[in-house]
Amino acid sequence: MIRLIGLSACIAALAVASYGVVAATVGVKRREAALVRSARSAAYTNFGLMTLANLAMIYGLITHDFSIDYVAQVGSRATPLFFTIISLWSSLEGSILFWGWVLSFYTALAVWLTGPKLGSLGAYANATMLGVGIFFYILLVGPANPWGLVSPAPMDGPGPNPLLQNHWLMGVHPPLLYLGYVGMTVPFAFGIGALLSGRLDDTWLRVTHRWTVAAWGFLSLAIVAGMWWSYEVLGWGGWWAWDPVENASFMPWLTATAFMHSAMVQERRGLLRVWNMSLIISTFLLTILGTFLTRSGIISSVHAFSEGPIGMYFLAFIAVVLVFSLVLLTGRSNELRSEGHLDTMVSRETVFLVNNLLLTAFTFTVLLGTMFPLVAEAFRGEKVSVGAPFFNQMTVPICVMLLFLVGVGPMLPWRVADLKEFRRKARLPLIALVLTLVVTIALGMRNIWGIIAFAFAAWSATANLQEFAQGTAARRRAGGGGWIGSLFGLINANPRRYGGYVAHLGLIMSAIGMTGSSVLQSDIVSTLRPGQSVELRGYNVRFDDLQAIDEPHRFVVLANLTVLIDDDVAGRMDPRLNYYRTRGEEAITTPSVRSRAHQDLYVNLLAFEQDGSTATLHVIVEPLVVWIWIGSFVVAFGALITMVGGRRRTRPPPAPRRQTLVGQEA
Amino acid sequence: MKGGRKKIGAALALIIVLSSFGYLVYGGIGENIVYFVTPGELLAKGNDAYDRPTRLGGQVVPGTMEWDADALDLRFTLQDEDGQIRVHSQKAPPAMFREGMGVIVEGKLTRTGVFESSSVMVKHSNEYRPPEDGHPKPEDMYKSLIRES
Repeated sequence: MIRLIGLSACIAALAVASYGVVAATVGVKRREAALVRSARSAAYTNFGLMTLANLAMIYGLITHDFSIDYVAQVGSRATPLFFTIISLWSSLEGSILFWGWVLSFYTALAVWLTGPKLGSLGAYANATMLGVGIFFYILLVGPANPWGLVSPAPMDGPGPNPLLQNHWLMGVHPPLLYLGYVGMTVPFAFGIGALLSGRLDDTWLRVTHRWTVAAWGFLSLAIVAGMWWSYEVLGWGGWWAWDPVENASFMPWLTATAFMHSAMVQERRGLLRVWNMSLIISTFLLTILGTFLTRSGIISSVHAFSEGPIGMYFLAFIAVVLVFSLVLLTGRSNELRSEGHLDTMVSRETVFLVNNLLLTAFTFTVLLGTMFPLVAEAFRGEKVSVGAPFFNQMTVPICVMLLFLVGVGPMLPWRVADLKEFRRKARLPLIALVLTLVVTIALGMRNIWGIIAFAFAAWSATANLQEFAQGTAARRRAGGGGWIGSLFGLINANPRRYGGYVAHLGLIMSAIGMTGSSVLQSDIVSTLRPGQSVELRGYNVRFDDLQAIDEPHRFVVLANLTVLIDDDVAGRMDPRLNYYRTRGEEAITTPSVRSRAHQDLYVNLLAFEQDGSTATLHVIVEPLVVWIWIGSFVVAFGALITMVGGRRRTRPPPAPRRQTLVGQEA
Repeated sequence: MKGGRKKIGAALALIIVLSSFGYLVYGGIGENIVYFVTPGELLAKGNDAYDRPTRLGGQVVPGTMEWDADALDLRFTLQDEDGQIRVHSQKAPPAMFREGMGVIVEGKLTRTGVFESSSVMVKHSNEYRPPEDGHPKPEDMYKSLIRES
């Protein structure tokens, strides 16, 4: 019963979305307001239908209705309720269903918030979003149909992949990722809407500014939640391995970051109009490519790709979007000429240009490294992978340069910089940079990239903090009042600017954490008998004994450890191995982590004797790693600030932009 | 035509930057390719097999595993239908490491014919696998570790 409800909802969503696309397009062409209105209703109806379908699946999962194909695949009576609910996105079909729901939600919300006042631009944007929806609904009734009938229904199922039910972060990372990924559809749709309707002014950018920032904020959080999960579960002490799945989530983030900056250049100066369109189209395509990479199985092998039809659907969709966007973009390229030009080499827009260049190079590097194995296998028949050293040696210099620019941008004004003013502003950051160089080298750091990264982080942090300090001081001089009140007043007066700086500071925190944990890490592997201990960087980790716990859905073996610092008991740790019932003897590691602001102590149980006489432990000390996670929250907070007040345009653009007629300067 | 010359200059600069960047990326990938092979395939490569970053995937031959927990010294033999290679690692075997199972090791084949491995990974299966008959279940193997409380 519930199976049929879910299936019908998906089929109906496909029909309604198709109607919406046709109604919006025809409605605009024939100037029939009623048709355009009905396309808006289609967006709302769609959201209702997808909500119904997702609720049906959640109901099926909770009630263990194993006659539903998907539930039989990922459900299990022994799995705790929380993990049963989140197994909605633990496998292909469920994640497409959830994706469809998020997309329908965004579509409905965007249509509702922008209202009918945008006319043809809004109508085409709606049609684009519904059109993307059609693709996912086709998957849902075709190759990724979760509603297949299993008859006779089994009594129990295998439960979700143990890696995905081992940590609460799996309840957080995928939804955030979808909110980020799918959110990019909105600015993309309005960009396409602008191209289709010919309303090529900045309207589409202004309308979607908050959407982009929101999606970007979710994506930032999602990527870091993924890092955190891999740190807490995979047991090797790292948080990034340049795995194709990780790269897939990272590439759209890079292009979206570039887009947010270059969009400002267009709003301020009327430059980069084709570039912005290209960036948002690329971002959208990269989200689809990412889903394709993670969901088609092509990563493990090209052959896995040919086993199921789903990969072909994705490839076809990517091709259609690519061709469609390129044709549109070329057709409008004359109307998208820049309205101004760069005045000097030293200005904020130049910094943004360099930032865009670096981010694009970054994206290309990651893309090539990720796709190379597929190409090699398809054309040469060799199974290869591109090692992490490639990504590191290519991207670390780019990262470091970007880290430096994060400090340069805020110090420079738009249009033309006054060099005297710049020198005055750069003084304090420069002192911080040099001090950090001296201190890190004096403390014995010898990793050259590590030293540079810390120094540039100090430079940029000072530069961004200085903006707050100077702005607050100026406000106090002008209007009096306290420091705190002036600071809030400052942010409130220009939330886009200062929210951006908050995001910068979060990014710098994360960069410090990443540098510290990778450059200053030290570790030791040791086999201990009960009572013996291993020492690392002032920590004394004592192995007390082994213990087993029999839980309904898994069997747990854990090592009881006592951590001593200077012979005082500082705490206890218990790294575990979890054996999930339905997965035989495969154990999932669960390292034990003791987090402090300056460093983490990370212990993983590698091996043990059956009788409990020995345990082999991997002990790692990772300085500053916790700042990666904290930084991501600050980034998201910064994004939130820019959104809260983003509606108001604070200052009229200084450039005389509208006077220049389109195409005149060419 | 100052603007035109400027444009040509910019285009030239862009081409130079792009091509040197492309060269860097291409060279970087070439240096860091890790070949994914089975023991038989690696042995068939002859002289090309040695000293290259390799991922070797195969089955652990039962009875060949030697693990010295105190010295952290692990040796075992990997095989497929076409060959066998002895593997040496200075790291602890992963927790679910068992003889007879499929594993992937990363490292290099040395001239001595021993594969020096820097990491040993168990092949994870995403698919449901019913507990195999004959293999003791973890809950039976480690029963003695459960505490009565």
